[in-house]
Amino acid sequence: MNGGPWEVVLFQSVHHALRAEKLLKEAGIPCKLIPIPRNLSSDCGVCLRFDSPLRPRVEEALRGRAEIEKILPL
Amino acid sequence: MNPILYFDNAATSWPKPEEVPAAMTRYLCGIGGSPGRSGHRLSIEAGRIVLNAREALATIFGVEDPFRIVFTKNATEALNLSLRGLLKAGDHVLTSSVEHNSVMRPLRALEKEGVELSILSCSIRGELDPDAIRPAVRPNTKALVLTHAANVTGTILPIAEAGRIAHEYGIILIVDAAQTAGTLPIHVTEMGIDLLAFTGHKSLLGPPGTGGLYIRQGLEAKIPPLMAGGTGSRSEFEEQPDFLPDKYEAGTPNTVGLAGLGAGVAWILARGIGAVRAHEEALTGRFLNGLKDIAGVRLYGPADPARRTALVSFNIDGLMPSEVALELDERFGILSRPGLHCAPAAHRTIGTFPQGTVRFGFGFFNTEEEIDAALAAVRELACGR
Repeated sequence: MNGGPWEVVLFQSVHHALRAEKLLKEAGIPCKLIPIPRNLSSDCGVCLRFDSPLRPRVEEALRGRAEIEKILPL
Repeated sequence: MNPILYFDNAATSWPKPEEVPAAMTRYLCGIGGSPGRSGHRLSIEAGRIVLNAREALATIFGVEDPFRIVFTKNATEALNLSLRGLLKAGDHVLTSSVEHNSVMRPLRALEKEGVELSILSCSIRGELDPDAIRPAVRPNTKALVLTHAANVTGTILPIAEAGRIAHEYGIILIVDAAQTAGTLPIHVTEMGIDLLAFTGHKSLLGPPGTGGLYIRQGLEAKIPPLMAGGTGSRSEFEEQPDFLPDKYEAGTPNTVGLAGLGAGVAWILARGIGAVRAHEEALTGRFLNGLKDIAGVRLYGPADPARRTALVSFNIDGLMPSEVALELDERFGILSRPGLHCAPAAHRTIGTFPQGTVRFGFGFFNTEEEIDAALAAVRELACGR
């Protein structure tokens, strides 16, 4: 991935984050699990980062198949 | 032929497919990492290993959402979690007369705390007649706990039928799949199973120290966790999360074990549970066929190998099970398990209490040659007594 701009998917627990990562990878969407930045609050210490333009594809890949808290710009 | 003939797979499976220790070594040497706790690449990779194991188990049990499966250290912990969690003083619980002590001991302890317990009698071959269930149901019956297959006779119990009956009365069906996960097909929704306790180190071909519980959607609200502690989630809060699997997975999991378990389950899925079962059933049939012609051998459980798992309990007239097992080990290199097999109830049911039986448990890696060698050894012991 390049230097941004990025968005991140936030999750309730790392189990949900890992599953979402698997779903995105299966859909061919580049993404990376990273420690959650300090300015974002979340129940889980990792979030799933992806290039902003991919947001519609990310939402599609996760809809109904992964529990997410929210998606925010990084 | 191996110098050792390992026939104790009902206690723990051995050997494991080489992929199992390979996965465990790969984790310990190449990954380490606390699954999901830290955000770094090794922690994430460890988390993926746990997720893969969970998803493989969801596939093998017909579970749609893998997070409905929580990991425990063994089936005993999963059974305690279920029974202690669900049953309160004033509740009534039903079980069979061929259960393992990992069902009976928690139930007897709960009985002392005011839970009513009724035991459904099984036949001398360990069979449960589903018609015995309805007359035993009371207004306060909360749960029916059954082993999927008895560990003394191998007898397969009619779980799907029991599930249908239990749900007619709104009773929760708890199944102990210690002897069947990985060798008999299990589909939790088709069989009406609300809670499924399984262990990793028998027919699922993983290492000891692994196991878990499938929890049907909604039931988690009724079952408090055995432990509270760190989960790597909701870390700002000092209360245990109420969602799965975190609610029941406080503390660091047995990641190295789950790496092995995931590999074991994947191995079975690649071959198909039908193929594994067919091989084991054929071996069991061959052994049963040979044993019944040996004078002085007493067989227990169903005669038809299709109605039992791949284990056979027998005795030789005039010899104690412990004597037989020792002779088999020392003279023939045959490893079996004598005694009561942690299931005094089952031995009472089949008429072998208190002396017990000799139990052979076959696995996928046993061969026809080994079965024939075992028959020759038993014949020699029976004739020489």
